[in-house]
Amino acid sequence: MTTQREITAEMGAARGAYEKRLADGGGVEHHPSRAYAPYRSSVLRHPHRPLVAVEGDPEAVELSGPVFGATDVTALDCDLTRQHTGEPLGERITVSGRLLDGRGRPVRRQLIEVWQANASGRYAHQRDDHPAPLDPNFTGVGRVLTGDDGGYAFTTVKPGAYPWRNHDNAWRPAHIHFSVFGEAFTQRLVTQMYFPGDPLFPYDPILQSVTDERARQRLVAVYDHELSAPEFSLGYRWDIVLDGPSATWIEEGR
Amino acid sequence: MPDTPAFPPTPSQTVGPFYGYALPFPGGGDVAPAGHPDAITVHGVVHDGAGAPVPDALLEFWQGGPGTGLPGSMRRSPVNGGFLGRNGVDFTGFGRVATDADGHYALRTLPPRTPAPLPYLSVCVFARGLMHHLYTRVYLADGEDALLGSLEPARRATLVAAPEENPARHRAYRFDIRLQGEGETVFLEFH
Ligand SMILES: [Fe+2]
Repeated sequence: MTTQREITAEMGAARGAYEKRLADGGGVEHHPSRAYAPYRSSVLRHPHRPLVAVEGDPEAVELSGPVFGATDVTALDCDLTRQHTGEPLGERITVSGRLLDGRGRPVRRQLIEVWQANASGRYAHQRDDHPAPLDPNFTGVGRVLTGDDGGYAFTTVKPGAYPWRNHDNAWRPAHIHFSVFGEAFTQRLVTQMYFPGDPLFPYDPILQSVTDERARQRLVAVYDHELSAPEFSLGYRWDIVLDGPSATWIEEGR
Repeated sequence: MPDTPAFPPTPSQTVGPFYGYALPFPGGGDVAPAGHPDAITVHGVVHDGAGAPVPDALLEFWQGGPGTGLPGSMRRSPVNGGFLGRNGVDFTGFGRVATDADGHYALRTLPPRTPAPLPYLSVCVFARGLMHHLYTRVYLADGEDALLGSLEPARRATLVAAPEENPARHRAYRFDIRLQGEGETVFLEFH
């Protein structure tokens, strides 16, 4: 099995290659390359051909997107600690922030879905056979619609780190998976939010697949003491910015 | 001159292997209102670069245009938080289907109506190992279209679903997705 040392060397080489592209006048790469071999599962699952650009077509179906409403979420969905009869084990936290488009405008009434491991680092998924305990009081799934200011908030417990089989002694830093809709299908985003100061960051090929340092920082939430509730929960802030054109963007003559 | 977004985007990360208890929902692939006589089935297999089926891909489908989407794709019960299914009447235009252990998916929907003259379904592909989702389109027939017209014939064919000839598969279309290599599906980016 590949060692962490080998994976770390490959990740360093990918960062070096990106820094060279930047120095040669290449643009900032905000998203990971789909061909990122240190994450082994990517090797056979990315296209070899370049993507075909669809540009400035105001009729493109992708410039609009699905709509979600009050029927699609329930009031308890944003509190992952209240979905069972008892309370889950772990450190209770809130994660809140704003959903924005590339111009900083709030993305209103859109759906955010989250899923995560429990405090021990175990998913409520049959294929997760990591020998850490399941928590009968925690599933780890939530949903929320953003407000008129693009704001969202979840209450949950801090997920644990967990091992995986990408390479020998591979561990994922603690993270929450996010799935986000914008007003256009082009703005769709699935990503992961991390916690500040996690010592596993340099070892993780999924986080490190984002080779731009500042872009990588945008995946890490900020601990905000103002958001912590006395004797109840610790507060993290994480704003999400969507990429991609939308119908309003085109109408404005972009 | 297009301005550079003042707010740089949040990077994409893979959907990973464990989304299965969070994102798929009952009736996710049943977009057509119940019993609708015009309903079609679009189905196929997602393949990786070695030709192996991908058993943990998640496909999302969107069809419509500005102002056409209705809520209610994943209606929920305020009583117990479970899924209620769609309301049986409204067409939301949104479908979400995970591939099964054979890499197969099926979507039951209405024929797309926009844009003229050649409508299509928009598809977004997620999978473990895929760092950033991929967009493609399902056209139910070849024809006059700016995107199709820009592609060489073999590439163009990857976006056109094939009507099933088996009469048992009434109004069904086959649309396979190849992530890499021979017969690689055309994937899109939007600017
Ligand atoms: Fe995860």
